[in-house]
Amino acid sequence: MLVHSERYTAAELMVTAAANEIVNGEVVFVGMRLPLLGFQLAKSTHAPHAIGIFELGIVRDKPAPEPILTMGDLPNLYHAQWLTDTMGLMGMLQRGMVDVSFIGGAQVDRFGNLNTSYIGPVRQPQTRLPGSGGACDLASLAKRHIIVMPHQKRRFVHKVDYITSPGFGKGRGWREAQGLPRGGPAAVITTLGVMHFDPSTFEMVLTSIHPGVTVEEVQANTGWALRVAPDITQTPEPSDEQLAILRKNDLEGYWTGV
Amino acid sequence: MTASKYMTLEEAISTFVLDGSSLALGLAQETLIPFAAGWEIMRQSRRDLTLIGPISDILFDQMIGAGCVRWVRSAWVGNVITGSGYNFRRAVESGTLEIEDYSNLSLAMALQAGALGVPFLPTYTALGSDLFQTNPSLNKIVCPFTGQVLTAVAALNPDVAIVHVQRSDEQGNAHAWGNLGMTREACLAAEQVILTCEEIVPAEVISSDPNRVVVPGFRVVAVVQAPWGAYPSPVPGYYNRDHQAFLEYQEASLTPESFASWLESRVVAPKDYDSYLELIGKTRLAELVPKVSAPSAVVDFGY
Repeated sequence: MLVHSERYTAAELMVTAAANEIVNGEVVFVGMRLPLLGFQLAKSTHAPHAIGIFELGIVRDKPAPEPILTMGDLPNLYHAQWLTDTMGLMGMLQRGMVDVSFIGGAQVDRFGNLNTSYIGPVRQPQTRLPGSGGACDLASLAKRHIIVMPHQKRRFVHKVDYITSPGFGKGRGWREAQGLPRGGPAAVITTLGVMHFDPSTFEMVLTSIHPGVTVEEVQANTGWALRVAPDITQTPEPSDEQLAILRKNDLEGYWTGV
Repeated sequence: MTASKYMTLEEAISTFVLDGSSLALGLAQETLIPFAAGWEIMRQSRRDLTLIGPISDILFDQMIGAGCVRWVRSAWVGNVITGSGYNFRRAVESGTLEIEDYSNLSLAMALQAGALGVPFLPTYTALGSDLFQTNPSLNKIVCPFTGQVLTAVAALNPDVAIVHVQRSDEQGNAHAWGNLGMTREACLAAEQVILTCEEIVPAEVISSDPNRVVVPGFRVVAVVQAPWGAYPSPVPGYYNRDHQAFLEYQEASLTPESFASWLESRVVAPKDYDSYLELIGKTRLAELVPKVSAPSAVVDFGY
């Protein structure tokens, strides 16, 4: 474990950082796993007016009444704002009505391009991963998306083997040239720190490190010379209130336990 | 009065699912997944199927492991709460399975194009991605009005959509509620629709609330009563998701050998789907029944 705290786990810190990216009142396209908890946490604390969209056809304006392990769990349907089809929700995403979304990844590069499909050549892959799901849509169409994933050298690579979910491609101007209407990755939250993207080069920049982690450690776990912000900070630790809410929502610590 | 389409699971699958068929299923993503129908397809050892669906949870992985599948047209194949689908991985990595990579939106649009009877629909999704490399059904197109580049998604018309619903009458007029994913588009895109349902109800129950009809009966070829037919996925109003079953399946599918023994004990050995459910255990199933009731307000269709 790279976060040295007896009070919280690395996953709890990551979920808190993800929740902190949600602004009150925003429309959030909520992804699987940690982002599911991040949305519950944000709704229960600083962003009570956030709207949650779940791709299988659920819109919520209040948190689920009971802990859920995955978005299809029945408490997530209870008194939802809308139960519907995927197309209507993805249509809103395509029209530019979704502020922020969260996705995970197996491989990411310096421009935030994500791979969740093939490790190695596509015709003879070394590893076949599950694929896009909605991730490619969220990365293509949301106003911004947040990437949440473990920080390891084999995952933070110079060039991804396959672009499942487009980031900033090769840098400035690339998304526009592809015809993408907007968006791009806004932050990458990992087990070691938080990265944002340089507004002129669109390259990933380390902006905060988690408590107990060093910049050298982050660099050693990244497959390219990662840029470091001159005003790098420490990632805020989860408060006792945030931890209590997280643990209430992740009963047996399935997603955030040790 | 139309003839009843009511039949057994065995009859429905043997009549309408043939070797080489293309099947749309798992269309509501994590919910209402037609596991009983998949189970019967594995029992009947169908071969060379094409599976179409967004996120099948573990159903596609099971059918791939059972050797039923040649093609997958999907956005995601795995186990939602654990990650990888091991049979899927093994099949792709060894080259025995062909996959066309969609995203959820592009798959919904492919089915919608099929439902509308047009050859393709345009979207902005996937531009700049490598999905184009591994899916010949995605292509670039220039908008004739604006000159913008868009993704053209070719229409999909599956031979059969298999859909699990809460209740249906014997003619296939069916109510489904909850999140529906791309169920409606798939029912209209498919050449034929097989329904499995928790309950068969009188026609009046369905016609009392026509807004809740997921597909009109005239599009349905078979109606099968299959209580717990979506287990271990959730069915709103009937049962919660059995998370434990997905964790157990991850273990069971880790190696070809462990999967073979899962297939033998869970699919081949039970004499019917009820016997399979007995293996799961009545107590365990009872624990999945919702404890909080939340009926909707009544609506009035009077005139």
